[in-house]
Amino acid sequence: MDFATFLVQCLNAVQYGLLLFLVASGLTLIFGIMGVINLAHGSFYMIGAYLAFSLAPVFGGAFLPTLAAGLVLAVIFGYLLEWLFISYLYERDHLQQVLMTYGLILVFEELRSILVGNDVHGVPVPGWLSGSIQLGDLMAYPVYRLVISGVCLAVAALLYFVIARTRLGMMVRAGGSNREMVQSLGIDIKFLYRVVFAAGVALAVLAGMIAAPVSSVYPGMGAQVLIVCFVVVVIGGIGSVRGAFLAALLVGIVDTFGKVLFPQVAGITIYLLMAAILLWRPEGLFRQG
Amino acid sequence: MSIDAKLVGARDVHVHYGEAHVLRGVSLTIRAGEAIGLLGRNGMGKSTLIRTLMGHLRASRGRIEIRGQDGARMRPDRVARSGIAYVPEGRAIFGNLSVRENLMVAARPGTGGRDDWPLPRILDTFPRLGERLDHGGQQLSGGEQQMLAIGRALSTNPDVLILDEATEGLAPRIVQEIWRIIGTIRATGIASLIVDRNFRTVLANTDRVVVLEKGLVVLEDRSAALAAQPVELARRLGV
Repeated sequence: MDFATFLVQCLNAVQYGLLLFLVASGLTLIFGIMGVINLAHGSFYMIGAYLAFSLAPVFGGAFLPTLAAGLVLAVIFGYLLEWLFISYLYERDHLQQVLMTYGLILVFEELRSILVGNDVHGVPVPGWLSGSIQLGDLMAYPVYRLVISGVCLAVAALLYFVIARTRLGMMVRAGGSNREMVQSLGIDIKFLYRVVFAAGVALAVLAGMIAAPVSSVYPGMGAQVLIVCFVVVVIGGIGSVRGAFLAALLVGIVDTFGKVLFPQVAGITIYLLMAAILLWRPEGLFRQG
Repeated sequence: MSIDAKLVGARDVHVHYGEAHVLRGVSLTIRAGEAIGLLGRNGMGKSTLIRTLMGHLRASRGRIEIRGQDGARMRPDRVARSGIAYVPEGRAIFGNLSVRENLMVAARPGTGGRDDWPLPRILDTFPRLGERLDHGGQQLSGGEQQMLAIGRALSTNPDVLILDEATEGLAPRIVQEIWRIIGTIRATGIASLIVDRNFRTVLANTDRVVVLEKGLVVLEDRSAALAAQPVELARRLGV
């Protein structure tokens, strides 16, 4: 592997890892703070991709308005979903959580099939981001992929700021530590959970929307990303956004280079990574917080 | 607020844990500025009564009043926002938050917009916390955690402070310190409901004492009056 190829693979690994982080951060927050195993989380990624496909014509293909409209819809959707379904799961055991959220996957897939059909769709890269950056004499790297990484990094920084530096972040962390005490201090935990869930949905939808131009839009894409994101959450430590960030990058690197260097075992490299890390640290890389 | 203003009231409250009938018709009133001791042996229903007042448990019968409103169906966060602060048994410090964050997470003006307990005043009251502001909550000793739990409750500028097992498991020197602080808080006019094992100290630091036995109020009187009958009290409390 020459240096330019290595560089391209590094950039791909980072971009894939950061995209995984967007989805996994919401999953780990919902799991770690609210105690809900949300199998439907991958569906939000799929919904994001389909929103990018469906909303683009509405806004004449304009990328940013499409993104903004998708995010607004995602927050509203997440808020309503928590209120109508997820809020009934907090006092239930994990089996019931799994059953209901699996049911939601089926509903979302069916709705997708009815509304958009079962074809594979493409979403064009926005014209102003469609260029490439030259890496050496023979290799070029798409600007759009760099933008994906940039957006993900910006969101990660924002997420870190909100969780570590704001009153809302304190409440969210406190809620993960002791739900009953948070209530005893006058904090409306139901509203807090609704906000966390809506934010988690918005992050996954954002990931799906910005990934759509490079991954295409197809049925079942949510299930694929969900499994990898659970690997990220387990490696990073359940409930830890910092852990999810590091784990997502690790998974991105191992998956990307696994496919290049060991194509025969590419399908299991991330699971080997997970097994190795759990042998070393059974609770994952970081504790919640 | 007049001294007779009723802040919290329980009338003929019954609570069940499944088949177990834990509270069997308890009545209790906390008025503004009043310090009440809640005594009783283990398992007599003290914590159950407190958790019912705070909205964490539902009474199967009877009436709860929070500032004159029906508190029986009030959510715990609404009870707290009505000016009732709670320091639970075991303290429930947020171990993943720093001391500063524990003191800031719920800080807000009290009823009527009062802000009697800003962070500097809390740190004046608990100088130890000031030295450890950036430490994690789980890094504190038991005494420091109790101070933090009380400071966190004060940050909500309450009218009533409920302390469940105020000095449990603390070293004698720290126990003294906690009681000194409770005295300071009492002097500011905050009403309190205090559960503690040391009945003599409770009698010395409260206006009135209520004794629970098997889910019933079996003794209730002015603290000074009960202090004059220590044998009866000791018999009731099994000490």
